[in-house]
Amino acid sequence: MPNTAYIILIPLLPFIGFVILGLFGRKYIRSFAGAIATGLLLVSTALSLWVAYWYFFVGGMVNGAYRPVTALKLEWLSFSHDLSIDMSIILDPISVMMIVVVSLVSLMVHLFSLSYMKGEERFATYYAFLGLFTFSMLGLVVSGNIFEIYIFWELVGCSSYLLIGYYYDRPTAVAAAKKAFIVTRFADLGFLVGILILSFQAHTLDFNILISRLLSAVMNPSDAGLASFWGVSLISWGLILVFIGGAGKSALFPLHIWLPDAMEGPTPVSALIHAATMVVAGVYLVARLYLLYALIDPAVTQIILYAGAISALLAAIIACTQTDIKRVLAYSTMSQIGYMMFALGTYHPGEDPALGYTASLFHLFTHAFFKALLFLCAGVIIHNIHSNEMKDMGGLRKSLPLTHACFLIACLAIAGIPPFAGFFSKEEILLAAWNSNKLVYGIGLFTSGLTAFYMFRLYFSVFWHKPATGHRHRQPLVESLPLVILALGAVFAGFIPFSRFVTASGFPDKPSGIGTNAIAPVLIAAVGIGIAAWLYAKASDRPAKAAASLRGLYTFAYHKFYIDELYLFITKKIIFNCIGRPAAWIDRNIVDGFINGVAITTGRISTAIKGVQSGRVQDYAWFFFIGIAGLAVLFIYIVT
Amino acid sequence: MEASVVVFYILSAFILVTGALAVTSRKIFRSAIWLLFCLTGIAGLYFWLDMQFIAAVQIVVYVGGIVVLIIFSIFLTQQSGKELPPPIRSSAVFSALAVCAGFLLTCILLGQYGRFRVPEPRYDYGGPDMSVSAIGTQLLSTTEHGYVLPFEVVSILLLAAMIGCIVLAIKPKSDEK
Amino acid sequence: MIPLHYILFVSTGLFFIGMFGLFTRRNMITMLMSVELILNSVNINFVAFNKYLYPEKLAGVFFSLFIIAIAAAEAAVAIAIIINLYRNIRSIDVEAADELKF
Repeated sequence: MPNTAYIILIPLLPFIGFVILGLFGRKYIRSFAGAIATGLLLVSTALSLWVAYWYFFVGGMVNGAYRPVTALKLEWLSFSHDLSIDMSIILDPISVMMIVVVSLVSLMVHLFSLSYMKGEERFATYYAFLGLFTFSMLGLVVSGNIFEIYIFWELVGCSSYLLIGYYYDRPTAVAAAKKAFIVTRFADLGFLVGILILSFQAHTLDFNILISRLLSAVMNPSDAGLASFWGVSLISWGLILVFIGGAGKSALFPLHIWLPDAMEGPTPVSALIHAATMVVAGVYLVARLYLLYALIDPAVTQIILYAGAISALLAAIIACTQTDIKRVLAYSTMSQIGYMMFALGTYHPGEDPALGYTASLFHLFTHAFFKALLFLCAGVIIHNIHSNEMKDMGGLRKSLPLTHACFLIACLAIAGIPPFAGFFSKEEILLAAWNSNKLVYGIGLFTSGLTAFYMFRLYFSVFWHKPATGHRHRQPLVESLPLVILALGAVFAGFIPFSRFVTASGFPDKPSGIGTNAIAPVLIAAVGIGIAAWLYAKASDRPAKAAASLRGLYTFAYHKFYIDELYLFITKKIIFNCIGRPAAWIDRNIVDGFINGVAITTGRISTAIKGVQSGRVQDYAWFFFIGIAGLAVLFIYIVT
Repeated sequence: MEASVVVFYILSAFILVTGALAVTSRKIFRSAIWLLFCLTGIAGLYFWLDMQFIAAVQIVVYVGGIVVLIIFSIFLTQQSGKELPPPIRSSAVFSALAVCAGFLLTCILLGQYGRFRVPEPRYDYGGPDMSVSAIGTQLLSTTEHGYVLPFEVVSILLLAAMIGCIVLAIKPKSDEK
Repeated sequence: MIPLHYILFVSTGLFFIGMFGLFTRRNMITMLMSVELILNSVNINFVAFNKYLYPEKLAGVFFSLFIIAIAAAEAAVAIAIIINLYRNIRSIDVEAADELKF
């Protein structure tokens, strides 16, 4: 058991970086702020790799299964003797995997930003925010207590707000940061209510105890009476609400509107947050509570399944029409998250072990590599072209050779072409879907074809399309090193026998065979690549003709299915007019009016009374006489 | 109907009528003169009650001192022949009502509690010693029924009043310069 | 012989006449005259009670004596004040002396 102090350093080192750079960075440390932050994160990454090595190979296996290990437990707020908010760190197959992923990708982003953000006025602030984000994300994945994960959840939301709105002089960036924060915060309301319901039912906030108590409560319904609301049991409501919180953070339909706008932030930020770490927080949450989601109520499992599938399909359709390189990648992320989510929903009773769990987390692992790689390459491209639009790019394969190679590897990986990483993880997901629900399998298959199509549309538009031009662009080492490392990950990560390490029950499982079921996805992907090449490899009017032939659907998809407009309509016309305005009216006229009325009445009474002090002696004599007469009458007739 | 009863009625009517005229007269000098008559009537009432000393003091101090003082102050502060402005109608009405109410209340009380026995008339002048020397002796005696302490206090009060009046009414020196 | 309460009626009447004058008159000197009427009514009361209820004692006489002396002093001081006020506001109307108004 590694010393607790080492484990707590993993999230704490980036936090120390945040504090130091936040307080002193702007004035004193500006130029080597990046070095400090990267150094701290390097130590943190080394520690997390070491913890992973220890957990998976040395000490984590107990009686043949990987059991959760509580590395640290600090009692913080104790409401009653078994309901308390503790700060605890648990080591678990998924949490160990996540700390490796988060710290590694964050390290790559830190390295990349050394050259990408060079010359920025607020260089140190950028690294401070990155440190805050890394701390929050690492804290989130090792939380052992559902309230602790909520605290870190909100911290992640806050730091993503800071990072998206980093260029605060741009109104679009500010609006995007607000949108991200508000949408996720709105979803977090559901999360909070869900936490309250679940913890109330289980009388605890600790994850493992909560899961075991709720499972036993459902398995033996004769124990505590299970309340129900509108025909659905309360625990199911709690799970649905918690899922809504996760859906907000993971940009599932219909709470996905913030993700494309969040591309206003710097590109390395998008690589970190919106590719590899923050958006998978929702998936991680569902995985953490997987036993509850899978076993308690099949309806909840179906909700997860369809939400993920719809998001995947919708995002893929929209991505086919977008022209901004980062927007395409954003929708691609949303689509892949949809894959991960519906994989978690493919559990059907009696299935053992849960294939969807392993597949989803495997895809999370590989996706982190190739998506971060895609974003960093996009960053290099944008840096060179000084524009985000695809029409300004083209023929870049000679001027950015390394980027070209990495981008190609990442595109092949995301399309699911063997032997790259995405092939293995996507296969497992589709296999899990085939075993449970053929419709969702069909959606997943079609979406993987679309994925290949739009990714290669992007690839060809950027690197081919126009004649290859330009001289070779010199890239600093700190820019190319992360690309190379991530590309190696994208190539080789698929060969890790993931199911030996991460399964729902803890017992290692043999890797699922890649057999005949692998043919269909690869074929569809190849077809997609072919169509993309035919349309975009050379400049022509074929894309325009294709778009014209699908006129209605094309426009609909181009405008992102008008979902943003719908939200705007609901908030402006309905909520503001019907709820906001009357509430403001009541506040101004009734509440304020009451208080003002009290004041005005007091004023009027005082004006009326002040006539008593008239300054005239005879009036005073009057009052004197009345008082005496009154007292006399009182004493003569009433008292005696 | 004895003579003293008739005299009493005449005296009381005189007092009340002149008093009412004193408070309602339009011209200020007339009002002072009506006051003078009223006070003289009250002195007459004291004489009727066989309290000669108080009657004398009343005439000397009140009529001869205070009314003269009032007349001098009228001369000092305004034209004595001018008409006074009429009273404010509302306050006159209210005061009249209040006064009548108070009078009624007191009469009711007097009717309830005020019936005392009438003392026997004494015609022999052998009654209590009410001569001036007796009054003076008791005024300055220090025994149980002596009034020397209030006497001294009142004398100091008169001194203070005298000095105070002079200070209040003195003409400030800066006016001449 | 006149019963006591006849005399008390007279003094009460005089008291309320004085009070009416106090409330109604606008001139300060006439207000002072009304106050003198009130004081005199009290004097009548004391003397009458002394004569009818305690004929062998002199307490009522002395009380009246002191009241007369103090009334004289008070009238003098009041006149002095009125003269002073007249010098300042050139009027002896009570309505003119209302600086203590709100």
